[in-house]
Amino acid sequence: MSDSSSHPDSSTNRGGATGLQPFGLRAIDTSMRVPAVVFGAMSVLWLFVATLFALITSFKLHTPGFLGQWELLTFGRVQPAYMTMFLYGWATNAGFGVAFWIMARLSRNTLQAGVTLYTAAAFWNVGVLVAIFGILIGHLNPHKWLEMPGYAAPLLFVAFALIAVWAVLTFRFRRSDYSYVSQWYLLAALFWFPAIFGIACLMLVYAPARGVVQSVVGMWYAHNLYALWLTPIGLAAAYYFIPKILGKPVHSYYFAAIAFWTYLVFASWAGTQHLAGGPVPAWIISSGIVGSLLTLFPVVIIGINHHVSMAGNFGKLRTSPTLRFVYFGAVAFTSVSILTAFTAFRSVREVVQFTYFMDGQMQWGIYAWFTMAMFGALYYIMPRVLNREWPSAMLIRLHFWTCASGIVLYVLAMCIGGWIQGIQINNPGAYPDFVDVVGNTMPWLVAGSLAGILLLLGHAAFAIHFFWILLRPEIPDESRSKLFKEPKHMKVAVK
Amino acid sequence: MNKLSVIITGILVTIAFSWAGLVLTSHVQLGALEHHVDELSGDSFPPPRAGIARRGKKTYQELGCVACHTQQVRRPRDEETWRLPYGYAGDIERGWGERQSVARDYIRDEVVLLGTRRVGPDLMTVGGREDTREWHHRHLYDPRINTPGSTMPSYSFLYKTRAVDDDPSPRALDLPEGFGAPAGYEVLPTPRADALVQYLLSLRMDYELPEVPAENE
Repeated sequence: MSDSSSHPDSSTNRGGATGLQPFGLRAIDTSMRVPAVVFGAMSVLWLFVATLFALITSFKLHTPGFLGQWELLTFGRVQPAYMTMFLYGWATNAGFGVAFWIMARLSRNTLQAGVTLYTAAAFWNVGVLVAIFGILIGHLNPHKWLEMPGYAAPLLFVAFALIAVWAVLTFRFRRSDYSYVSQWYLLAALFWFPAIFGIACLMLVYAPARGVVQSVVGMWYAHNLYALWLTPIGLAAAYYFIPKILGKPVHSYYFAAIAFWTYLVFASWAGTQHLAGGPVPAWIISSGIVGSLLTLFPVVIIGINHHVSMAGNFGKLRTSPTLRFVYFGAVAFTSVSILTAFTAFRSVREVVQFTYFMDGQMQWGIYAWFTMAMFGALYYIMPRVLNREWPSAMLIRLHFWTCASGIVLYVLAMCIGGWIQGIQINNPGAYPDFVDVVGNTMPWLVAGSLAGILLLLGHAAFAIHFFWILLRPEIPDESRSKLFKEPKHMKVAVK
Repeated sequence: MNKLSVIITGILVTIAFSWAGLVLTSHVQLGALEHHVDELSGDSFPPPRAGIARRGKKTYQELGCVACHTQQVRRPRDEETWRLPYGYAGDIERGWGERQSVARDYIRDEVVLLGTRRVGPDLMTVGGREDTREWHHRHLYDPRINTPGSTMPSYSFLYKTRAVDDDPSPRALDLPEGFGAPAGYEVLPTPRADALVQYLLSLRMDYELPEVPAENE
């Protein structure tokens, strides 16, 4: 561990792998301006459109006639279109932007071969557009989170290959002496995604595996898209921003490495518990349960690193919007991992299987954890790469409180409503007519739509703010150092 | 942890471990599963689907029905292992199947539609539960006809309404008061609706497999 740093952007530096003088943070930020704006703007646009589609989906659940006369907008299509937009349009574009910036900063290198990233951005976003269009005209696959048609996937794959090569080269030719835990998670994410995406496309779309092997592959893909693609990027951000803003080193850095490796091994085996009771061998479900429980070990270590650092510093949540969003995400990560382990047990799964509870749990992971962490990261990154200030503290507050309350309301409604739904589905004696079970979920679904309206409001505030900052004048150099003061660098705690 | 090669090798090992353990192993175990041939009659189970039903399955996929409907009957109540009051009892007690569905039931499907959400009921055996064309056409045209209170969307875009000339079509839907077309018009299924209904009618598990005898109670 002695050659890795317990603090991001450590100040003692001899030039790292290349032996060259590391660049200053200011130069790195300026060089990352175009990729950060491109990926940031695309993600914000996708998020807004995805939210509209999410609302349509949600309304259709309790008002089936809503926009019902067009085949293009039938529930079975807007729902996967929404998920595809959210996961590949918003989450992945935002993840790219945040990942590049953190990778460049920690590698102490300015943007090299930027054209690689711009090409990748074009391929990726055209790919997502083709995927959404394909889904809406009916060329969709029935596999969760991989509903996109087979002809869209190669575009995404090309984009991703370019990005992974760029990131590996940036790390290889870093000008820092140390690698930092965030970089490990980013490298893991950048290798895991093409692996699972390639295997899933091959075994589900191009050469479908036989029978229910497809369901196993599908669950393996969907779970790992969350656990080994989105989550590592979120963890890289949390490990970067929490110590950075608090100005103190990671609480227990030695354990961070153990948590990293155990997370990769255990979390990648979780996920198949979603097939519980289904037509697959029991060992497949058991391994998902075991994987979910073992994942708690790294989650506890990661949680200690995040939460113990925060102890005594909660006042900073008021002054730093980045910390407020990222820490909300970190709390959600800890809690959703515990929830996932809890719902993995067979006796619990008997109730929650196939109900809205799973939607609540899923959104607690991809929204309350990942999305909130990305919001926080973008609030930190954009002013620095643009050399401009966020114009309105009010819009940031509005964004935080609408999204925080919206997602809490959504998750509560889905989890409570879903639990009731699960009990009633399994009790045909008391609820012989399935349509009564459906009817009893209505109040919870309406609450879910209200939550969706809150989220739409927050996302609108964020989108306005994002494009507003692009239009502002740059701030002069002399006031920059005052505004964007980097916290005092820590001495390296190891050696 | 400063060497790129060490980190990348470690990451690749975790990918290989997870893939080999879950994906490859289940492929080895289930990927060569064959249909069951009854020794007396020579019939094979699960039976193959007719061509029109296979076309209907494509429509089922295109409309995204899997977003709300599963196609799997979960295992029955197991007195020894269940702890909460109900277990998976609902599936069989609701009449969604007489036995649990097993891996072999799906080997004829090029695309498997297990599903992950039960907004609506399970459809593994819907062709056995409702075995008339008319029921399914009415249900697709407006689900509230058969099931008051249903929140399933209407698929009326799979039907065309046309003026009845001298010669009314025998294929026109028989719709109850309040749901039908205005006087002088009739509602006809398109070929996609016909195929979809044939697919729904083909969804049944009325055969036995050696690994799972039907429940006798």
